[in-house]
Amino acid sequence: MEKKNFTVSAYTENNIGLLSRISAIFQRRHINIESITASRSEVNEVMRFVIVVSVTEEQVKKIVRQIEKQIEVIKAFYHLDEDMIYQETALYKINSAEFVEDLSIQDFIKESNARIVTVTPKFFVIEKTGKRHETDSLYEKLKPYGLMQFVRSGTIAVTKSEMPISNILEKFDTTN
Amino acid sequence: MEVKTANFEKVASPKATTVSGAEAVIKCLLEEGVETLYGYPGGAIMPVYDELYKYQNQIHHVLTRHEQGATHAAQGYARVTGKVGVAMATSGPGATNLVTGIADAQIDSTPMVCITGQVGSHLLGSDAFQETDIIGISTPITKWNYQITKAEEIPEILAKAFYIARSGRPGPVLIDITKDAQFDSLDFNYKKCCGIRSYKPIPEINLLQVERAAEAINNAKKPMIVFGQGVILGGAEDLFKEVVEKSGVPAAWTILGLSALPSTHPLNVGMVGMHGNYGPNVLTNECDVLIAIGMRFDDRVTGDLSKYAKQAQVIHFEIDPAEINKNVHADIPVLGNVKETLKVLLELIKPNKHEAWHQEFKDHYQVEYDKIIKNDLNAERGKIGMAEVIDEINTCSKGDAVIVSDVGQHQMVACRYSKFNKTRSNVTSGGLGTMGFALPAAIGAKMGTPNREVVAVIGDGGYQMTIQELGTIFQTKVPVKIVVLNNGFLGMVRQWQQLFFDKRYASTEMINPDFGTIAQGFHIKNRKVTERSNLKDAVKEMMESKESYFLEVVVEQEENVFPMVPSGASVSDIRLE
Repeated sequence: MEKKNFTVSAYTENNIGLLSRISAIFQRRHINIESITASRSEVNEVMRFVIVVSVTEEQVKKIVRQIEKQIEVIKAFYHLDEDMIYQETALYKINSAEFVEDLSIQDFIKESNARIVTVTPKFFVIEKTGKRHETDSLYEKLKPYGLMQFVRSGTIAVTKSEMPISNILEKFDTTN
Repeated sequence: MEVKTANFEKVASPKATTVSGAEAVIKCLLEEGVETLYGYPGGAIMPVYDELYKYQNQIHHVLTRHEQGATHAAQGYARVTGKVGVAMATSGPGATNLVTGIADAQIDSTPMVCITGQVGSHLLGSDAFQETDIIGISTPITKWNYQITKAEEIPEILAKAFYIARSGRPGPVLIDITKDAQFDSLDFNYKKCCGIRSYKPIPEINLLQVERAAEAINNAKKPMIVFGQGVILGGAEDLFKEVVEKSGVPAAWTILGLSALPSTHPLNVGMVGMHGNYGPNVLTNECDVLIAIGMRFDDRVTGDLSKYAKQAQVIHFEIDPAEINKNVHADIPVLGNVKETLKVLLELIKPNKHEAWHQEFKDHYQVEYDKIIKNDLNAERGKIGMAEVIDEINTCSKGDAVIVSDVGQHQMVACRYSKFNKTRSNVTSGGLGTMGFALPAAIGAKMGTPNREVVAVIGDGGYQMTIQELGTIFQTKVPVKIVVLNNGFLGMVRQWQQLFFDKRYASTEMINPDFGTIAQGFHIKNRKVTERSNLKDAVKEMMESKESYFLEVVVEQEENVFPMVPSGASVSDIRLE
């Protein structure tokens, strides 16, 4: 079976150590995590992990079941890129002198729908949110001007279909 | 508003009393019905031991000679009783010494709660004396773990620990408690945990799947059951026997499933896997429906997966959804506790005999008997064979003893030849293959079932890995019977070296001490047998002893265990020689 990019979403309790419990599932199987993020979710006090891996569908099915098996994981899902709306955010820090001297930088920013976050006499910071190839493309354009710093977030994603997580939690409250 | 993530029993509990965290730990254990625990004191767990001193009339703490021994003893206790085993240790090396036992309990689904002391919370992360990140270390080998840093967390967390350890597919839980949390006080009010919102221990039964399973079984011409420990863990032995008898389906066991069905049952066709019986291995690849019950298709059971039961429709009765399709594709997965699912199944299956099919198992048994078993049991010349010793134990026990085996050749022989009438009688380290398991596990097993005979069968290699637990036996006077089958080799590795490494016996020969003298040092009755003519009497003497007894049997040095499915081969390519 061919490897594809899968996005694993796990809804969990907000507990210390869960990140390492989840990442260990990948480590044990010698699978490299392309990106991982954790944040609050749409449900109060419930966290959501978004993990991107390149594996076969058979592998991702087994991984999701192993994640779901962890006591503090409420529910886990996996999706293909086409089933998700996903974005990454990148920050580019550039020397202000370059910005003033070469106006083409300003054109790149406009063309790529990036945003200037901060301007100081010494540096300015550009933010670009989009797909990987878009942030990469701006990276290549700015690189010749001397990137002082560059950083990119992990993928964050929501699914096109509904996530039945609230129903699962409601059930617990009423059945017990 | 605080979100409710777990449910606790609503009991009209007596008024809360103010106690120290350390006392709360003991009170929690008592609330959970813990009578015996195994452990080893040290700096960071001293406040709890101080409370154990006060409560020594209510709870029995067994001082093992090494923390690993405490975990295996707790496992042995849990395996024979079905209750949660408890082990306790201090921080740092005390905690890391628990690791092997925890990993063993995880892979063999043994309910266990380990409690470790930890340095004071203000010292966490400072590389303090005897500080180790036991939460980080134990994460991949525990069902759940948690570090308590505040005394008031103790009742709820320990209630959750016991609930998680015993519910669903059981497993080990580690609770790490900082020293300040042991010293601080709290209002103690215990409520047992009865639910955690993110954890569903038993999947809902899908009746349609049970119906499909029943239909497949009713239509099968050559059905075969392979059962594992799930039958025992689910407390479903009687029900399982009814299913086997009504359906007439030959039933084979994994080594952890052993003793769930009496050895003498006519439909018990023996052991599957690497050193299992000839019939069930070969016929796995000839059956038309393979009914897996409470087992997980370990590689030692399946051999080459690409040639495992490919012709068969596979039905998998399983409590853990992560086991479905993990190794073997299940055509009909039936999720749930087997005690529930088999109950439904029993009503739906039609009575059958499958006589011709059963005859095939008998024919294969005859081949194995002529080639292997007959010689294993009835040798007249040469040194004593391992199977003869097990056979003598059977003669004395009449199948009523608990056999605790270690890991290696003797383990395979013990599992192949031991006879069992009752469930929870075979205690062995299956998944992890932990040498050194048997001696401490036998201590726990005997304490769990004081009215049954408990015999530890151990090789000369594994015996020396936890030999210090003779001290625990001496101190507690627990009447465990110990049989060391001494072949002067790490026998299983030597067998592989002989078969697959051109007899290059790298570091497998053991120059052993005088085991009798060692037992003598611990004041344990002992005897050594080298001649076949003395074996019967020696085993009888051991079995009849009221106190602990050590029996060394010098066995054939280069005996090989057959049948054997060579590593990576198909189960139907099982070798008889």
